[in-house]
Amino acid sequence: MPRYLVDKISRKAVLLCALASFFILVLIVVFIFRDGMAGFIENGIGAFLFGTDWSLKRGEYGVGVMILGSISVTLGTIIIAAPLSITCAIFLAETAPPEVREVVRPAIDLLVGIPSVVYGLMGMVWLVPLIRDHFGGGGYSLLAAIVVLTIMVLPTIISLSEDSLRSVPRHYKESALALGATDWQAIWRVLLPAARPGIVSAIILGMGRVIGESMACYMVIGNAFAFPSSVLDPSRTLTSNIVGQVEEAAYGSSHMHALFACGIVLLVFIFIFNSVSFTMRRREG
Amino acid sequence: MKVKRLLITLIILGSLLVAPTDSTMAAGDELSGTIKEDGSTSVLPLAEAFALRFMKLHPRVRVIYGGGGSGTGAKDCAKGQVDIGATSRELKISEADLISYPIARDGVAIIVHKDNPVDELSLGEVARVYAGEITNWEEVGGKSGKIRLYSREEGSGTRDVFESKVMKEKDISGRAYFKKSNGEIQTAVARDPGSIGYVSLGYIEGTKALSIEGVKCTVESCKKGDYPLVRRLYFHTKGTPDEPVKAFIDFCRSEEGQKIVEQLDYIPLTL
Amino acid sequence: MWGAVAIVLLLLLFIIGYILWRGFSSLSFDFVFGPTTEGGLRAPLVGTVYIVALTLLIVVPLGVGTAVWLSEYAPIKGRFAPFIRYTLDGLAGIPSIIFGLFGAAFFVYMMIGEQCILAGALTLACLSLPFMVGAAEEAIRSVPKSQKEAALALGATRWQVTWRVVLPAALPGIITGAILCTGTAIAETAPLLATSGFSAFTPHSPLDGCRTLALHLFYLATEAPCTGGVTHEDLVDKAMGVGVILILVIVILNLLMRFLSGRYIARMRGGK
Repeated sequence: MPRYLVDKISRKAVLLCALASFFILVLIVVFIFRDGMAGFIENGIGAFLFGTDWSLKRGEYGVGVMILGSISVTLGTIIIAAPLSITCAIFLAETAPPEVREVVRPAIDLLVGIPSVVYGLMGMVWLVPLIRDHFGGGGYSLLAAIVVLTIMVLPTIISLSEDSLRSVPRHYKESALALGATDWQAIWRVLLPAARPGIVSAIILGMGRVIGESMACYMVIGNAFAFPSSVLDPSRTLTSNIVGQVEEAAYGSSHMHALFACGIVLLVFIFIFNSVSFTMRRREG
Repeated sequence: MKVKRLLITLIILGSLLVAPTDSTMAAGDELSGTIKEDGSTSVLPLAEAFALRFMKLHPRVRVIYGGGGSGTGAKDCAKGQVDIGATSRELKISEADLISYPIARDGVAIIVHKDNPVDELSLGEVARVYAGEITNWEEVGGKSGKIRLYSREEGSGTRDVFESKVMKEKDISGRAYFKKSNGEIQTAVARDPGSIGYVSLGYIEGTKALSIEGVKCTVESCKKGDYPLVRRLYFHTKGTPDEPVKAFIDFCRSEEGQKIVEQLDYIPLTL
Repeated sequence: MWGAVAIVLLLLLFIIGYILWRGFSSLSFDFVFGPTTEGGLRAPLVGTVYIVALTLLIVVPLGVGTAVWLSEYAPIKGRFAPFIRYTLDGLAGIPSIIFGLFGAAFFVYMMIGEQCILAGALTLACLSLPFMVGAAEEAIRSVPKSQKEAALALGATRWQVTWRVVLPAALPGIITGAILCTGTAIAETAPLLATSGFSAFTPHSPLDGCRTLALHLFYLATEAPCTGGVTHEDLVDKAMGVGVILILVIVILNLLMRFLSGRYIARMRGGK
């Protein structure tokens, strides 16, 4: 084939590849909304979003409990994970001797790749009995989910925050030290604020991952349909709801529509997180 | 160097793809074809055992099955996506048009922790416990303590049977812990002193199965029909099945098939 | 501060250690290579390899093609390239369970008609596309301009430059991306729940249903029925065994990536 023809064809081919990603995104939105909107219509938007009944028997579906569950788990996790991760990140970026960093950083990168079902398994086998025997309740609880998800999201936030801290120009900290600040003051008052956009971005990304986590959450949260009265009560999230029922629901049924509607709500949350992150990044400049 | 590595990888992949199948290669036999089935996870172990034995007898038949739950089994069968849909409950009105073949029976046991002093409950009491109306063990004659409910997820045939035979009009309380399998409920109840759950008959080890309405829950009492919570397990087909599906279903319902049923702690069809 | 870090690290080490310890005893030759209908791992092993291979077959060309377009062919001043990047970022942020729902609705019910390996692979390909593009683009951009210009000066067409100069030079980075996608495919469970089927029989074609190791772990821990004297505890032990295999695979993949990145950086600095 003549060279120029190959060149022409290949140009179109790579353009198609690039367009493919756009099409995939569009298709995802279309198909999730197609079945999901059916779910909203069949139940009524308000009744679906705020209803607390999820009953196959009566054909009524409401995700009020799941939304609360997702929010509680996400907030609970971030409140614990954020300070912990940032501390670790500061340690790795500033205080740790290089030998320690050489070992720890790859270990953290490795932990990001461990399958979520493995974390869930550990939660089921070790954490749930622990909570049941020492704290009360059935063990499967919000607390279990928060702990497991914290552990899962720590490596992500730590590595992103550490990258962020490392990318702050050296001279910021050095100038502060030169002016007589202690190491800690330099970190707290100069380095952190400078790295703040990156760190906040990391935290929001972490939140996105937490709210989207399905498998590990399902395995430890107990999946009850009632509002939890304490952190030791079982609960249900949007994601664990889908995991629990997607295999048994027949496609095209109103049950499946309701599950897709859960997907829509989830996407809305992700969209909100992304928009917040985007606006914050814009403002910091 | 790179080409060599690529070749080796491809060879390894290729050899894995033609990995030995799970059936033995034997001398010729008239029955051949593929049987696709899916459906209830309660029926799954039985379906597996049936399939294995059947494939040994007729090496040119392949049986493929998936899980998916009773709802999926019925739906996929109606759509023609599978030859056999397995359910652990009867067909709903919306799922009619399929031919049902009972292949075994199963009991649904109500289980509690081994150390729980309560030994029996009435159907009504079980319903009220699960509806959240009775919340403390002392209300039914046990030691004071919160009752923790364990149930199956929506779409489970076992749950369906539990709801139709026990709960009837009431709804299972939202405060229950919902699990995906008999095994999970069994483990949870075995470990949680305040718990109550319902499982298929083969899953009571490690827990205590309550007597319901005065009848102990055993294979015998289920066979005789004394125990109230017995259900049938079904294979459904769309229209009359042809070979080898028909042969397979006949096999399952034959004496040899029913022996497999008994081996797996299910209850055979004939009394 | 040392305290906080120590806690975190010890916790993470403990988790991995516990699984390795408990799962190791389950690992025997019979278990790993035995037929799955008798409790072995043959079907998930083959299934995992099958799905990963198919996923890579789809996502590597697509990802590299996109990366090539983004770095070589996209109009520099145009807004199309940033738009595609934004799309990819969006895809990266979508939770994996949503991909599962999408895969079920689109690949399974609309296009193929049944749950199978192909549907699972297509779903995983969509999921890992952003990561492949990211790795490939980074690799392609690191190719020194001088090499491209030299080739052009010798009369090569754009495509010849890409195909014969840029891509070979970017190969280690692209392979790194492929390894990343492999890791993702092995670790993901949610997208496959409703797309890849659940058969315990060894798959023979891309239209068969199958399980991956991760799915099998989930199944053992939550859904598996206890047959023939096996208790739920036994199943959990087996699940731990699968966990060990998964962790080992991820570790190996990670090491491979590091090795390749190191080699890649050295190569680039050598200015080939």
